[in-house]
Amino acid sequence: MRMSHIHDMIIIGGGPAGYTAALYAARAGLDTVLIERLSAGGQMALTGDIDNYPGFHEGVDGFTLGMNMLSGAERFGAKTHYGQVLDVDLMGDIKTVKTEGEEFCSKTLVIAAGANPRKLGIKDEENLVGKGVHYCAHCDGRFYKDKTVLVVGGGNSAAADALYLSRLCKKVYLVHRRDRLRATKIYHEPLMAAENVEFLWDSALTEFITEDRVTGVKIKNLKTDDMHSIDCDGVFISIGRQPATEFLRGKIALDEYGYIIADETTKTDIDGVYAVGDIRTKALRQVVTAAADGAVAAHFAEEYLSR
Amino acid sequence: MSAIKLNKNNFEEIINGDKKVLIDFYADWCGPCKMVSPLVDEIADENPDIAVCKVNVDEEGELAAKFGVSSIPSLFVVEKGKIINSSVGAKPKAQILALIK
Repeated sequence: MRMSHIHDMIIIGGGPAGYTAALYAARAGLDTVLIERLSAGGQMALTGDIDNYPGFHEGVDGFTLGMNMLSGAERFGAKTHYGQVLDVDLMGDIKTVKTEGEEFCSKTLVIAAGANPRKLGIKDEENLVGKGVHYCAHCDGRFYKDKTVLVVGGGNSAAADALYLSRLCKKVYLVHRRDRLRATKIYHEPLMAAENVEFLWDSALTEFITEDRVTGVKIKNLKTDDMHSIDCDGVFISIGRQPATEFLRGKIALDEYGYIIADETTKTDIDGVYAVGDIRTKALRQVVTAAADGAVAAHFAEEYLSR
Repeated sequence: MSAIKLNKNNFEEIINGDKKVLIDFYADWCGPCKMVSPLVDEIADENPDIAVCKVNVDEEGELAAKFGVSSIPSLFVVEKGKIINSSVGAKPKAQILALIK
C-alpha cells in the first residue's frame, strides 16, 4: 500500500459533475485528482445524442462531451487516476480513498460516482445480461430488428426506449406496474399511435422463460393476480436508476433510496465532503444540473480550505 | 501490436491459431464500446502473445450472429477455436485482463 501526499481535492467519478468540479478546482489552483473506474463521461457517455446541453446547437454525442470535459479539466492541471474505489474513510480532517493497491489522501472529497440502471431483482436476471436482458435500448436495440421485444417501466426513459424500439422491431410490449405512463406528455401520443406497441398495464415481469437465452417472460397482473406467458426475443429494463453508494453505507447520510443527502450547496453531513450529480438528492438529474453541482462543490470546497 | 480487424476471411485462421484470442464486438455508434476500445488497444500493445481482435458488428453481422452477440460491447476469449470466456458490457482494463489470464 503506497501512501500518497495530501491533495486539496479528490473527486470520485468522471462524469459531467466530477469533471466540472475538477475543472473549477484545478482552475482555482487546487491540487486535484479525479478517480475514475472506466472512462470519462459516466452515464453521459452511453447516450448517443445530447440535445439539451446548452452550447451545442446541433446536439453532441455523450462520449465526445465526456472526453472534452476531461481535456478541459486536465488543461488546468487536474489529474485522472483510473481505478475502482473500494473504500473511503471520511472521519477526521484528512479523508482517505482506497482503490486496488493504492490509497489517496485529501483535505476535501467530492463524490460524483453517479448511478447505474436499476435491476428488477428477479431470478436469472444477471446471467441473462447479453442473452436477451438489456438495460440500454440505444446500445442493443439494433440486434432486435424485426423481432419481438418487451420494455419494462413507465417513466421517460422506458417510454423513449419503447418508442425507439417500435421503429426497429416487429412488436413491442410495454409492461408497467400502474394503469398509465409516468412519462411526460411528449411521449404519450407517438406511443399510443404506434401500431406495433401493446401496453400491459398493472403488470409486472415475474420470471424469464429461457432456452440458453430469453425466449419469453411470465407476466403477472397485479390487480387480478392472473399470470400469463408472452413470447419475446429480448427484454429491455428501464425502471430507473440506482445510486452508486454501496461503498458509502454507514459512512455518510443517505436517503431511503440510497442517494446522498445534500441540498443545492452539495454539502453533505460531513464537513469537507460534497455530493454532486446523479448521486445527490435532487429534483432534476441532467447533464447540465450535474455540471452545475460540480462548480458549486468546488466553490464551497475552496471556501472550506481557506478557513 | 495493434488490434486486428476481424472479418469472415481472416476469422478461421486467427481463432484456430496458436495464440489466445481476445475479440471485441463493437459498433461506431455505441458509447460503452468507445469506452472499451482504447483499453482493448492498450491490451493489444502490451500483450504480443495474445491476438487481440475487433469486430464491427455493422460490417460483420455474420460473425456477430455466429457468436450470438446481442449486446455490445461483447468480449470473447478464444483458445484453439473454442470460446473459453466472455463478458458483456464496458469493463475496466483489469477485469478484461482477468478474462484472458
